[in-house]
Amino acid sequence: MSGNLIEMRGISKAFGAVTALRDIDLTVPKAGVVGLVGDNAAGKSTLMKVLAGAIQADRGEILIDGAPATYTHPIGAREAGIEMIYQDFALVPDLTVAQNIFLGRELMRRVGGVRVLDRRAMNARARELFAALGLRVPSVTLPVQALSGGQQQAVAIARATGFEARLVIMDEPTANLGAPAIAKVRETIGRLKGSGVSVVIISHRLEDIFEVGDSIVVMKQGRVVGERDVADTEDAEIVEMIVTGRDPRGVRAA
Amino acid sequence: MSETAATRSGFDIRMQRQIVVALVRYGMFIALAIWLVAMSVASEYFLTTTNLLNVLRQAAPLIIIGVGMTFVMATAGIDLSVGSIVALISVLAGSWLALGVPPLLVIPLLIVVGGLLGAFNGWVVTLGVPAFVVTLAGLTSYRGLAFVYSDGYATPIRDPVFAWIGRGDLFGINAPFLIAVVVAVLGWFLLNRTRFGLHALATGGREEAARVMGLAINRIKIMVYALTGALAALGGVVISARLSNGSPNAGVMLELEVIAATVLGGTSLFGGRATIAGTVAGALLINFVRNGLNLLGVNPYWVQVVTGIILVVAVLMNTVLNRKVESWARASTEEERT
Repeated sequence: MSGNLIEMRGISKAFGAVTALRDIDLTVPKAGVVGLVGDNAAGKSTLMKVLAGAIQADRGEILIDGAPATYTHPIGAREAGIEMIYQDFALVPDLTVAQNIFLGRELMRRVGGVRVLDRRAMNARARELFAALGLRVPSVTLPVQALSGGQQQAVAIARATGFEARLVIMDEPTANLGAPAIAKVRETIGRLKGSGVSVVIISHRLEDIFEVGDSIVVMKQGRVVGERDVADTEDAEIVEMIVTGRDPRGVRAA
Repeated sequence: MSETAATRSGFDIRMQRQIVVALVRYGMFIALAIWLVAMSVASEYFLTTTNLLNVLRQAAPLIIIGVGMTFVMATAGIDLSVGSIVALISVLAGSWLALGVPPLLVIPLLIVVGGLLGAFNGWVVTLGVPAFVVTLAGLTSYRGLAFVYSDGYATPIRDPVFAWIGRGDLFGINAPFLIAVVVAVLGWFLLNRTRFGLHALATGGREEAARVMGLAINRIKIMVYALTGALAALGGVVISARLSNGSPNAGVMLELEVIAATVLGGTSLFGGRATIAGTVAGALLINFVRNGLNLLGVNPYWVQVVTGIILVVAVLMNTVLNRKVESWARASTEEERT
């Protein structure tokens, strides 16, 4: 079965007395683009951080290609091919573009038995990466804080898509961006899908998801309200589900 | 290649910008150089080998401990306990040597003790207590332990091997400064060429980003405080050996001088930006200013005032002015590219 890349089963998470996720099931098909929508505090970002290894779930399991995932850490998730582009891009402003791209998986070389950072190789690889992705930054040796918002997002995209990702999670990828940058994000999603990578988009902007998504999952207050194929629904129905927290068709799509 | 008036003036403007950027970026090194030249003119005793080597020896503990402080500040932390670690180490050195423990065993043991005290600081920091508070507690309690252990008495140190660390020399250069040079070179390497240094900077630069990228933030924090504790112990060994004395009063206010040297050098108190060369320059400047003013016969209390003024000016340059100039320089390089 070549169907699902990711299956999350029975995921629950509480922060102290606040229950963020209640028994969530979510599947992401291979090369599928899933839009994850919902009001603030619906648990979208928390759910995706669980998938990306940044938060540990209290209960539940994650299957990748049908096999249980064992990672408990973002690096493990990244090694399993799950990358996340955070809403604030999660870049370190003082580090260079290349340092940010390789943060946590630096290229090393040995000098007299001592492992040192291979800065030249990382800079060269970073340049190749930007060229291959058609993204532009002024220089990979500039600190990230010198870049514009759109350029910073390009760095975050390059980091998430440049290492043989199988799933790229994007948290509000079009928030606070101008029209050209939004077009770039949509283009990136299309390119990922075309090369067999799955994408989950967390977004407030339904138009983005209707534009590039295959299916939509609606969450409210830590639960999944319902799921729809993009071809099988319309804006108003999704908005109704977001607002009421109920599936108007009465059953949850399988 | 004909040179038109327009490209020529563009070139001149670029040159000017580069000069301004360099002035601000390397301000501390320039200030140090100017001070050295000025003092050489002002005092006939300043530019003598004896005086210069003496100042380098005085600066050595500051450089040694400042290297550790640079790492702590890279992670957006601070360590106020280093002066008190020096005192505790000094007391232990005096006591253990008096008991007849061989010095070549005493020194590594002391460094381990310093490292453990630092690691403890770091561990409490990872529990969520602000570094300022944790190490302020260290400042009072470690010195308190030094007084309890020694009953307030200083112990003379007579062991010649141990004393060499503070008083000996090699190739005509005193041992404390040689040790400081080795520590600074290793510290530079660790900060700029290894994964540990990069991750320390990332942790201080934006901790949440470092966390979601999977960096071992708690381990990094414990390690930078342990490193600083170990280097404070090494500094304590140098100071005790130089004074031939194991005293609970060693290193009083030293933490503030170390922090001043580190900040003077351009390391950010808010993390993410750190420079070992800057810390060395800061430590040298503080000591050369003190030495120069002493040679000129200035009331020693003024030295503290002057150091304070330099500190404020330097931090002003490193933060406000530097940010403006750097972004200005970047804007001009981007113009060139387009």
